[in-house]
Amino acid sequence: MTTTVATDLLPAQRTSRHVLNVIARDPLALISTIVIILFMLLAVFAPIIAPYPEQGQGRTNASDTMLAPSTKYLLGTDRLGRDILSRIIYGARPALIVPMGVVLFAVLIGAPLGALAGYKGGWVDEVIMRVTDLFLAFPSLLLAMAITASIGRGLDKAAIALIVSWWPWYTRIARGVAVSLKEQYFVEAAQATGVSDAVIILRHILPNTMSPILVQATVDLGTVILAMGGLAFIGLGTQPPAPDWGLMISEGRTFILDQWWISTFPGIAIFIVVLAFNLLGDTLRDIFDPRQYK
Amino acid sequence: MRVLDFILRRLFTALFVLVGVSVITFFLSRVIPNDAAALYIGPKARTEDIERVRKQLGLDKPLPVQYAVYMGELLRGDLGNSISTKRPVTQEITERLPATLELLFAGMIIAVLVGVPLGVLSARWQGSPMDVFVRMISIVGVSMPAFYLGLLMQIAFFRHLDLLPLAGRVDSDLRFISPIQPITNFFLLDSFLTLNWVAFKDIFLHLILPASTLAAYPIGLIARMTRAAMLEVLGQDYIRTAQAYGIRQVVITYMYALKNAISPTLTVIGLTIAYALTGTFFVEVIFNWPGLGLFTVRSLLNVDYPAIMGVTLFGAGGYVLINMIVDLMQAWIDPRIRLK
Repeated sequence: MTTTVATDLLPAQRTSRHVLNVIARDPLALISTIVIILFMLLAVFAPIIAPYPEQGQGRTNASDTMLAPSTKYLLGTDRLGRDILSRIIYGARPALIVPMGVVLFAVLIGAPLGALAGYKGGWVDEVIMRVTDLFLAFPSLLLAMAITASIGRGLDKAAIALIVSWWPWYTRIARGVAVSLKEQYFVEAAQATGVSDAVIILRHILPNTMSPILVQATVDLGTVILAMGGLAFIGLGTQPPAPDWGLMISEGRTFILDQWWISTFPGIAIFIVVLAFNLLGDTLRDIFDPRQYK
Repeated sequence: MRVLDFILRRLFTALFVLVGVSVITFFLSRVIPNDAAALYIGPKARTEDIERVRKQLGLDKPLPVQYAVYMGELLRGDLGNSISTKRPVTQEITERLPATLELLFAGMIIAVLVGVPLGVLSARWQGSPMDVFVRMISIVGVSMPAFYLGLLMQIAFFRHLDLLPLAGRVDSDLRFISPIQPITNFFLLDSFLTLNWVAFKDIFLHLILPASTLAAYPIGLIARMTRAAMLEVLGQDYIRTAQAYGIRQVVITYMYALKNAISPTLTVIGLTIAYALTGTFFVEVIFNWPGLGLFTVRSLLNVDYPAIMGVTLFGAGGYVLINMIVDLMQAWIDPRIRLK
């Protein structure tokens, strides 16, 4: 979570086309991107792709409980006879799409605050950054757990809890960029022509904080997916009978020594997705880390 | 004098953060819930009990007064009583702390002993298969959920290889064969001090799987950070000078370079302790380890409100303390920081 991101680069120097080029030339990053897109497609088109859509959403199937993987059930069935493959496909929604939403909202809250703090300086900066420090004083997952205790458990509550614990990271990054941009000619020119602070922050500062924040968000997504899965595993996130990778691992835990497939396949799903985000994040960090370019 | 200045300033910051942490937990525990009194006394309470607790917590008074009451309790070390066990939360925490710390220490020792050398080797042979191997290990380490890795460990080392115990801190028969005499409640240390080798071996074997599971994430972070720090140091002039003098590379790598690369690594070690701290929640659940993490998860599931808030405060306090110690250690190792 250390933020070794470029603060002295302008997006014009690192365009999105440049990013795509680098990803295309790095096989690991390319495969990771494809894997992530595939899992997102699974989540979106779950009703069409899942072999047993009703079971994927939670309907029990008493006649086929705890079957080992076979041609009928490719990844086996769980304690209630539900097809594991279908549940993994449906489970991609809370386990992958929701964490993406969490990071998005954390950025939407954190980045403007950081841009404001960095651009304004003075007491505004002090207040915002001290509050940020307080949130960062907690281990993120511990704070998220405490929040779910206050507002209740469930997928939506867990998502809110994670947003509240994650926004400060983006405030820090955005502030760093804003501080360095404040002195640049285009910002001074805007000030000189009488553009209001609000417009300068929104139009000139904020867009320029986006590249480093995007990199950090990619790197963080793996961590947020792990945190979300962890909350579900403990029982604070997605509630049964809804599918969720973390929850499925927890449901199969009791049978892990004999019916290994119940926990193993959802575990592999989390691992692959998180690995993909980490590999992609690594590549992006290499592009945006100015020290590697000198 | 400047050193003392630095220490004082750092202590002051930590104090400020701790007060802030108490404000946030205050809001979480007393202000945000619809009916904090009902949460504090648990689901089975009668209406008059809830009223009594409302008075006791001062929830009918203005917020600043409520905070003063809350702070007063905190400073007396009073975190309320656990709903499920009816005992003081402070006592529940202190009793379980040794088990968790023993696990945490063991995990961090493994993480440092494996992570730092991996990072050094990777940097020393940059671009070699060794480097690629280490980078793969570190990225797999940070991508693997602890709550999944633990299960895999159990399948491999208990079910298939039958080498290590499945779960728990000691074998249940141990108290008949060779009971532990608690001194510090760090069982490994206690059995060592009392020369109880039967117990020592049993405890050690029980510690391996949970500690290794806990170490996976920190190993990844530490190896990666050490690699980056070593690469930066190895590229510097004084290293090239040392090479030109014909000093052996082993000496240069481990005695000259590692010393200067250790400071950024220390920061990461501090950071990873925080990850490991929340990692113990999952590891303790999977390995049925009777520590603070298992207690926290049970409290969360039972909505044992005083216990949850107590643990949160305690965890955040511990985290602030760890960060402060890491900063002070860094300043001690690296004069550039304390003299800035």
